[in-house]
Amino acid sequence: MLDRAQVLHVARLARLRLSDDDVDRMAGELSNVLDHIEKIGELDLAGVPPTSHVIDVAGVARADEPQGCLAPEVALANAPEPVAVQPSGLGFGVPSPGQDSGE
Amino acid sequence: MSELLELTAAAAAERVRARELDARELFDVYRERAAADELNAFVWVADDRPANGPAGDTPLGGVPVAVKDLFCTEGVPSQAGSRILEGYRPPYTATVVKKLTGAGAPLLGKTNQDEFAMGSSNENSGYGPVLNPWDRSRVPGGSSGGSAAAVAAGLAPWAIGTDTGGSIRQPAALCGIVGLKPTYGACSRYGMIAFASSLDQAGPLTRDVTDAALLFSHMLGRDDCDSTSLEYPGDIELPSREDLQGVRIGVPEELIGSESGAEPGVRKLFDATLKLAENLGALVEPCRLPHAPHALSAYYLIAPAEASANLARYDGVRYGLRVAGDTDLVTMYERTRAEGFGDEVKRRIMLGTYALSSGYYDAYYGTAQKVRTKIFEDFREAFERFDVIATPTSPWTAFELGSKTADPLAMYLNDFCTVPMSLAGIPAVSIPCGLSGGLPVGFQLAGPAFSEARLLDAAYALERAIDFDGSAARA
Repeated sequence: MLDRAQVLHVARLARLRLSDDDVDRMAGELSNVLDHIEKIGELDLAGVPPTSHVIDVAGVARADEPQGCLAPEVALANAPEPVAVQPSGLGFGVPSPGQDSGE
Repeated sequence: MSELLELTAAAAAERVRARELDARELFDVYRERAAADELNAFVWVADDRPANGPAGDTPLGGVPVAVKDLFCTEGVPSQAGSRILEGYRPPYTATVVKKLTGAGAPLLGKTNQDEFAMGSSNENSGYGPVLNPWDRSRVPGGSSGGSAAAVAAGLAPWAIGTDTGGSIRQPAALCGIVGLKPTYGACSRYGMIAFASSLDQAGPLTRDVTDAALLFSHMLGRDDCDSTSLEYPGDIELPSREDLQGVRIGVPEELIGSESGAEPGVRKLFDATLKLAENLGALVEPCRLPHAPHALSAYYLIAPAEASANLARYDGVRYGLRVAGDTDLVTMYERTRAEGFGDEVKRRIMLGTYALSSGYYDAYYGTAQKVRTKIFEDFREAFERFDVIATPTSPWTAFELGSKTADPLAMYLNDFCTVPMSLAGIPAVSIPCGLSGGLPVGFQLAGPAFSEARLLDAAYALERAIDFDGSAARA
């Protein structure tokens, strides 16, 4: 069972602002799902290696050759707040970092 | 025009190549139908034919394809069903879309979906739910519900979608069409807006098995832009097998018993289809997948964990929505994400963040990864005795809009029979096997990695024996 404090902690980690109603609803729904999921804790999995990926490839690297890339104005075309910067011309504008409320 | 609609995509391509059909006429007919869509299956439809085309003298004959919204298409809205990406027009095109247009299938439109592919009913779209063409008070399934509804209703000749835990197969089943989830790594994921990267895979949604084979054969292959894509071993030919002589079909007790919650009508058609398989010469026997009932739990830890990381990119900085005001950076992130994401996406981000958080990682995410290993091993053992494994695709037929939205867990149970294959990375195809209460039922066949040719052959033989008639949905 997740309580309000845990939900708020996870929401902060996930950078999600939740309303008071959201917090209560989320606590109930997540607890419900976790109750079902926790049954896997009953399996005997001693010595079983984890699988993070089903295909056996690792360290795939291409030849280190220069290739074309997006022009700055194309890469910035979807930006909510493109700003002029020196010397490259364009950048992503953001509010001041101010005081980080996260952890 | 109605005669045109009754052609499968492969048959239409054949006629175009034989100069019996004008590819421009075909494009215009489908463009008009897509533009008049009453099912909310499309979120964007092409204004015009492609310049100089469509080119009929190509492998795909100029037959246009509908593309799930989450495939990036240059200059065309690609919003993955999310309000946080409203207005996003990518500067590049997904590899599989490029391959299909290059092989002669022009883009017809972008199809509606559950937000970021999270859902089994299409009710989680930020752009409204899709209606099932068999009964407009019911869901089309999800998350590739727009693609499935469009093909079933004859608004598109064929379509592509993505499948993370069943998102191609389940909507194909609920809409009475064919859906193939390929082997993980068969198709490039480059340009697919990511949900769970170790599971996401692109595949075709089509009117029949031949169309699925033809479309898939032009989607697959290694891509330098996706290091998890693989060189496909062998070729995919159009299926031609008419019997199942010597094919060993395993039926996993764990996925067809009471735990699956399968409706009696679904179970009845599943059993009848197994009978047909036996009549065609197949050897049908029970098999065991002891860990398969735990697949759903493992999936609902692994997929949200990967999603919580993938969706961190939606922060109001580089694209999409920003909710700013006079505030600091972190508050901007939190408000943007609160307003831009829908409820289900927030739930999965929360679930995934929790499963990865300090103190819980081993118990949740770590355990789920071990269960994934056991499921992979279960399949490997089963395929020592069997060529394919058969299950119902979905425990239910299409359900009423709104009937499962209040209980997320009930909605997740949709995926009971489809997530085991996803976790194991193996291919599976859903074909329609009949109607229960006037609604389509899907039959799922799964095989070992890279066995698509054999799987499609078996599905083709069964399809001929079943002789499903989907024309009512196109009326």
